[in-house]
Amino acid sequence: MSLDLSLPGDLLRALAPELVLTVAAMAVLLVAAWRHRTAADTRVVGWLALVALVATAAAAGWLWWNGARANGAPAMIAVDDFRVVVDWLLLGATAVTVVLSFGYLEREGLLAPEYYVLLLFATLGMMLMAGGDDLIVIFLGLELMSVSVYVLAGINRRSPAGAEAALKYFLLGAFASGFLLYGIALVYGATAATNLTQIGMQVRTLGLANSPMLLIGLGLLLVGFGFKVAAVPFHMWAPDVYDGAPTPVTGYMATAVKAAAFAALYRVLTEAFGGVKAWHEIVSWLAVVTMVVGNVIALAQRMVKRMLAYSSIAHAGYLLVAVAVGGDAGAGALLLYLVVYALTTLAAFGLLAATGRDGERDVRIDDLAGLGQSRPWLAFALAVCMLSLLGFPGTAGFIGKWYILLAATDAGRLFLAIVLVLTSVVSAGYYLPVIMAMYMKPEPFEQAHAGVRLSRLGALVVAASVAGLLFFGVRPNRLLDLARATGEGLHSVPAASATAPLSSTPTGR
Amino acid sequence: MYRQWVLTALIAWPLIAGAGVLLAPTRWAKHLAFVASLIEFGLSVPLWWTFAPEGGVQFMLDAPWIPNWGIHYTVGVDGISLFMVLLTTFLVPLSVLGSYSYITTRERGFYSLLLVLTSGMIGVFVSLDLFLFYVMWELMLIPMYFIIGVWGGERRLYAAIKFFIYTFFGSLLMLAAILVLVHVVGQRTGVYSFAYSTLIAHVGGLGPLAFWLFGAFFLAFAIKVPMFPFHTWLPDAHVEAPTAGSVILAGILLKMGTYGFLRFAVPLFPAVALHPGVQQLVVVLALIGIVYGGLVAMVQPDFKKLIAYSSVAHLGFVMLGIWALTLQSVQGALMVMINHGISTGALFFLVGMLYERRHSRLIEAFGGIAKVVPMLAAVLTIVSLSSIGLPATNGFVGEFLILVGSFRSYPLATLIAATGVIIAAMYLLPALQRVIYNPLDKPANEKLPDLSPRELAVLVPLIACIVWIGVYPQPILRRIEPASRQLIQAVRLNAASFTAVR
Repeated sequence: MSLDLSLPGDLLRALAPELVLTVAAMAVLLVAAWRHRTAADTRVVGWLALVALVATAAAAGWLWWNGARANGAPAMIAVDDFRVVVDWLLLGATAVTVVLSFGYLEREGLLAPEYYVLLLFATLGMMLMAGGDDLIVIFLGLELMSVSVYVLAGINRRSPAGAEAALKYFLLGAFASGFLLYGIALVYGATAATNLTQIGMQVRTLGLANSPMLLIGLGLLLVGFGFKVAAVPFHMWAPDVYDGAPTPVTGYMATAVKAAAFAALYRVLTEAFGGVKAWHEIVSWLAVVTMVVGNVIALAQRMVKRMLAYSSIAHAGYLLVAVAVGGDAGAGALLLYLVVYALTTLAAFGLLAATGRDGERDVRIDDLAGLGQSRPWLAFALAVCMLSLLGFPGTAGFIGKWYILLAATDAGRLFLAIVLVLTSVVSAGYYLPVIMAMYMKPEPFEQAHAGVRLSRLGALVVAASVAGLLFFGVRPNRLLDLARATGEGLHSVPAASATAPLSSTPTGR
Repeated sequence: MYRQWVLTALIAWPLIAGAGVLLAPTRWAKHLAFVASLIEFGLSVPLWWTFAPEGGVQFMLDAPWIPNWGIHYTVGVDGISLFMVLLTTFLVPLSVLGSYSYITTRERGFYSLLLVLTSGMIGVFVSLDLFLFYVMWELMLIPMYFIIGVWGGERRLYAAIKFFIYTFFGSLLMLAAILVLVHVVGQRTGVYSFAYSTLIAHVGGLGPLAFWLFGAFFLAFAIKVPMFPFHTWLPDAHVEAPTAGSVILAGILLKMGTYGFLRFAVPLFPAVALHPGVQQLVVVLALIGIVYGGLVAMVQPDFKKLIAYSSVAHLGFVMLGIWALTLQSVQGALMVMINHGISTGALFFLVGMLYERRHSRLIEAFGGIAKVVPMLAAVLTIVSLSSIGLPATNGFVGEFLILVGSFRSYPLATLIAATGVIIAAMYLLPALQRVIYNPLDKPANEKLPDLSPRELAVLVPLIACIVWIGVYPQPILRRIEPASRQLIQAVRLNAASFTAVR
């Protein structure tokens, strides 16, 4: 299906998933305004949100099925498989979050149906980020997402930590938005365009690759996105916010928000700045610093939730490696890792939410002691998640890391590969203690885990994720092929480094 | 039919059986595991007869796994890996039987992990695809990590994580090296494949990059062996692991390191392996391992730790034999790998049996027990002598071949290594004396029970092997020889041609 985006009809078709979600979110909002008194009402709204997500996924699937492609003049929105696959990932992550929230909201006494509505709006923003082919659309999407997530972080009004998280996230997020906007302005100043494709063309035809204004604009864009993906040194907000937010929201932030920001970042860098070499180096260093700092600080954490927060920073570092590599391989690796990482992290946060007795902020790693005895299945699932985060063979996490390593070595970026490998070893130092606590330490007291509760639906979702992790760890063929095809479909200018021959010294990058 | 599926069956069966053990009632766990491991052994036995010494790699099965990425499921054995497979299937049933009374908690988990570990070990030895090899290499980490960490001694958590991180560190670097190797070969030939046969055919002309790649492989395998500066995880892991864990660790896991050198590091990077500087480094490290391991063993008060350090010394011999790269020395290295598995395995069983009786592993806790437990004392004597390398025991055959074979390549180093045999006598014989002879001065030792029929059933097969290999090693040597010769020729030839090209 070929869409000419200058025609209104075709533009509507291209925007079908976003439109479906917008309408559905509005409808759910109305229902939530009517029915917001009892737990049952909240539940109904949650189910409606799930329906909305499924409908949106179907609309995205319709685009994919018809092989929709844009032709004609560059437009505000991109139509390619990359967008659809990222949309699916975002919708899936949101659906899992909704399901895990059912039990959580009831346990915490949060009768707030608007919670689900906010999730829908945040997802809409993310989809615009992933699909935006114009800096303005990306910025709008980012703001829609951010504002919704600020509220979600502080949705538990009785929790001081939640309030702190929301405020911190809001202040720093606003700051980051400022950077981003200023970056967009400078890029516009240099190229007279906000459309990514046009920027790319301008850079090439006018030879702007070394224009200071463009480079400063690029730097500011990187800062803005760096905040959103929690890359070091722009990660300061992440631990406190992840820690203070309700656990399902934390899982959502660590996966969906991150995935959307990475998708947008990748599209901006490859489409608009494909002709500028500088960002490969900058992103490389960001990746190195993020991997090292995230992993090393995570080692010192005693609380499970905070450990996972730092671990998600470390994973942002791995993802940045894929971005720095660029090219088809980088895009494929980025996508695959995002999928795998989202699957693992959501399951891990779901399990963590289940183990929280009086607020899961206080679950220390040692509090999990003996879980392997009293709740063998739950412990097994968490162990698989930890191994997958570690990148252990037999789990999908390994395939993800392997693909990134493959992309990095193929591009001759051996230094990045080696840092990734070494920091992964460090990460064993904090993932393994979780497993050790569960299996190798005795229960601190009788019935220590009696309060561990996972709703049946939540258990189903977690079980499905874990089964998926193990399955893709052994048979990743389909997933790999999809990621590669999608990466190649992203109409990017091949990055120079991807075709450069491998340098003979391992430190030569 | 058998030839094609046996290796896959050897990998798959323990996994299936492990799941079965996990689901069965607890009181059946050990019996089921024992039967399963016997079946595994039974499956592997025909390999001995059907293996054709001159036939190169046999029992091959090659199936696409992730074909678009050049990854295949390729398994096969040659003379080098055949005995590693047999050693594995031989030691596992004994380990299960030896754990009957030692493991009393969470039995199902223990036995099923032991079976999963078997799969991983067999997988490492038969993989002929580097991706598969890497996966298997890592997979056996997890069961061992749990076996040490859950059923180990007091400092088990420390030992378990140390074991894990050391191995993981080396192997991840190896993974990066594998990826680079595949990329470089792929760029040159247009075929991106992890297959061992493809990579080995195009390993020339890597230039300086080969040094770094070899370095990564070297680190991974040297940690596993363990060679001298990387050995510190071994005493901890051995001392804390339960008996079966120690037996498997010493008997098989350590061999993965030396096997890795023989199969991957040396043939893939022959020019580097034969580079004079690298040669010197490895030989010196091997010598330090032999002498230092022996000297440290001498002063250990803990019998189990003594055996652990003796492993460092024995594996030093293997490394020397591999690097000397003569037919005798490589055959000797393979023999020591087999013998060390049998003798040291038996020693660990015996220490475990002493521990079960007395709840102490300290040498000074015993003394004069030959009068109380004559059978145990006799067995311990035989096994110790075989570990020292007394003629007519298996230990002699391997070490003698290594010394003979290495003398031509490194006369001085061989001289020093030969003192290692004396040192072995100097740490094992006094320990033996203090445990079973000397006056019986501790009342606690007066009522020790002698070997039970079950314990005898564990030890008798091992002693039979000790004597058999010591007296008539020819059937094994005959099966090892063609593969060893082929390996040496290929390495020397390739190394020469690469140096000439450069």
